[in-house]
Amino acid sequence: MSKKQKKMLIRILISAVMLVAFSYVPVTGMVRFGLYLIPYLIIGYDILIKAAKGIKNRQIFDENFLMAIATIGAFALAVSQQSGEYTEAIAVMLFYQIGELFQSYAVGKSRRNISELMDIRPDYANIERDGKLERVDPDEVDIGSVIVVQPGEKVPIDGIVLEGTSSLNTSALTGESLPRNIRAGDEILSGCINMTGLLRIQTTKAFGESTVSQILDLVENASSRKSKSEDFISKFARVYTPAVCIAALALAILPPLVRMLGMGMAAQWDVWIYRALTFLVISCPCALVISIPLGFFAGIGGASNSGVLVKGSNYLETLSKTKTVVFDKTGTLTQGVFEVNGIHHNALEDARLLEYAALVESSSSHPISKSLQRAYGQEIDRSRVTDIQEIGGNGIIAKVDGMEVAAGNAKLMERLHIPHIDCHKVGTIIHMAIDGQYAGHIVISDRIKPSAKAAMAALKKAGVQQTVMLTGDAEAVANQVADTLGVDQVYSELLPAQKVERVEALLAHKPSGAKLAFVGDGINDAPVLRRADIGIAMGAMGSDAAIEAADVVLMDDDPMKIAKAIRISRKCLRIVYQNIVFAIGIKLVCLALGALGIANMWLAIFADVGVMVLAVLNAIRALFVKKL
Amino acid sequence: MKKTYKIEVDCANCANKMEAAAKRTPGVLDATVNFMTLKMNVEFEEGQDHKAVMQQVRKNCKKVEDDCEIYL
Repeated sequence: MSKKQKKMLIRILISAVMLVAFSYVPVTGMVRFGLYLIPYLIIGYDILIKAAKGIKNRQIFDENFLMAIATIGAFALAVSQQSGEYTEAIAVMLFYQIGELFQSYAVGKSRRNISELMDIRPDYANIERDGKLERVDPDEVDIGSVIVVQPGEKVPIDGIVLEGTSSLNTSALTGESLPRNIRAGDEILSGCINMTGLLRIQTTKAFGESTVSQILDLVENASSRKSKSEDFISKFARVYTPAVCIAALALAILPPLVRMLGMGMAAQWDVWIYRALTFLVISCPCALVISIPLGFFAGIGGASNSGVLVKGSNYLETLSKTKTVVFDKTGTLTQGVFEVNGIHHNALEDARLLEYAALVESSSSHPISKSLQRAYGQEIDRSRVTDIQEIGGNGIIAKVDGMEVAAGNAKLMERLHIPHIDCHKVGTIIHMAIDGQYAGHIVISDRIKPSAKAAMAALKKAGVQQTVMLTGDAEAVANQVADTLGVDQVYSELLPAQKVERVEALLAHKPSGAKLAFVGDGINDAPVLRRADIGIAMGAMGSDAAIEAADVVLMDDDPMKIAKAIRISRKCLRIVYQNIVFAIGIKLVCLALGALGIANMWLAIFADVGVMVLAVLNAIRALFVKKL
Repeated sequence: MKKTYKIEVDCANCANKMEAAAKRTPGVLDATVNFMTLKMNVEFEEGQDHKAVMQQVRKNCKKVEDDCEIYL
């Protein structure tokens, strides 16, 4: 609790105790009035001063004004009726202050909670000077300097590992709990926690440009971009308070006049004034005004904790209405790296054939050769390979363990006059021949991400009606991937500019109210990311261009996160709408009851403070998204 | 030019009022108040002295909401 809050708590306690104590003091008349004035002033003096200042600055119709008028009015009624019933006025003020205290405490608490979730800011960097480690401000570290990260410390700046191996905890960045292994030569991102070994890192960026700073900047500014719901509420509040004040005034004056003049009955001024005052107490717009931004803030905080960065409340709103998701194939649904996907018609065992292929291709750095070497997975003994002959555009022929091995495409086989078998599978085919005999072929293709199929199903379950895949790849490859994954529509062999046209065509045909999301890997698809209703960049950890162009950034490259992001946004928006309907609904009902004289001040206080408390608690639920 | 200032304010409605007051101040192109992070982002018009403008913004905010503070 802050100093201000503690002071308020003391005021609340003192006046509450006095209120209870005074009910046992048998005094009447002016003495009683004077006595009750003490707790009233203790609890309400700041409200009265603020109301007076508001009137002076011509800012009437705020909640201070409402509370001042309502409580002074209740006091005046008690005096004029000589009932000595001052308790109600003080209680109203008391509960109002309790509500305010709770609100400021709850908001402060959730503000801290959410900040803690996002607390990935490193406080220092270690620099080695004369053999000793020195802690310096990460802002002061120049690009290209060498920093040391000990086990248990946060990596402060992006860079390249020079020395050491370790496991990294990337959960602060990606929400992924599995540790990632890292060794010399690897790129390392700030915000990860070094878990096991000492790392020496050469920085490649300044602190301000590093991943961790960018993420913090993005998340902190996210709630400044206001959603439609927030705009609606601020406009609503602007109209609402004056409207209720006028209604209260009308309620105090009109019915008594009508009764007196029109119906010839007693005016009952006190009854109607009491009802009007009840009206004023109910009318505070606090619950609405606080719970909506709090809900969005909690939603954004919860999402960022799961590795989904949303750049603004408005994007969270759009995301929740997403009905069409368009994917760029490479890098989002597939890994974007080549991998051995099958070995067919082979005369030898799979492993042997792969071994020979890897050996033949051992001197090449072509992505295809690399993928063969990766698939082989063992240390390559280059002394087994001799007489390497590279035939450009065809393949490689070399002697392995004394045998002549040829590995290449169909052209190479034709050139060597070796009959080969074509493959029905899609991808790059490496035919193999050993000592002039056909030995089978190896299929290499871009691998589909393991979770991609489940991600498609999850999207459908999350209410997405249409999934579309765009790719520059050949039609056969595209159709095969789409069939495997269960994508609804495929457009293949597209140039980057045609992807924008495709998305525009889809945008033009979608039903109104439904939104279209485009998912890309952030590499060369920035124009499409911008053009879609909402651009989602994935695997964007460390890619500035993607973070810049996208509205939602998925920190790791798991397509399951798209459905999760949609579910988070739905939950957040559901809570926001619940709060809007709940708060406005209860207020309207209580206003009606107040006007009819059924609701008294106590119910009015519930309508104000109680609703606010419930709405704030509900809003905080948006933070809990781990299990979604 | 854009600048961010730390603010102190107790209620969300007051934050909305501060935002409106800041927007109305001459020399301010646009302003947003973020109640959750307690920050005010102000975009100034070309060639304005941001220090002088912010003094006025602070004064206007104090007028609509007595109990607020902008740390300049």
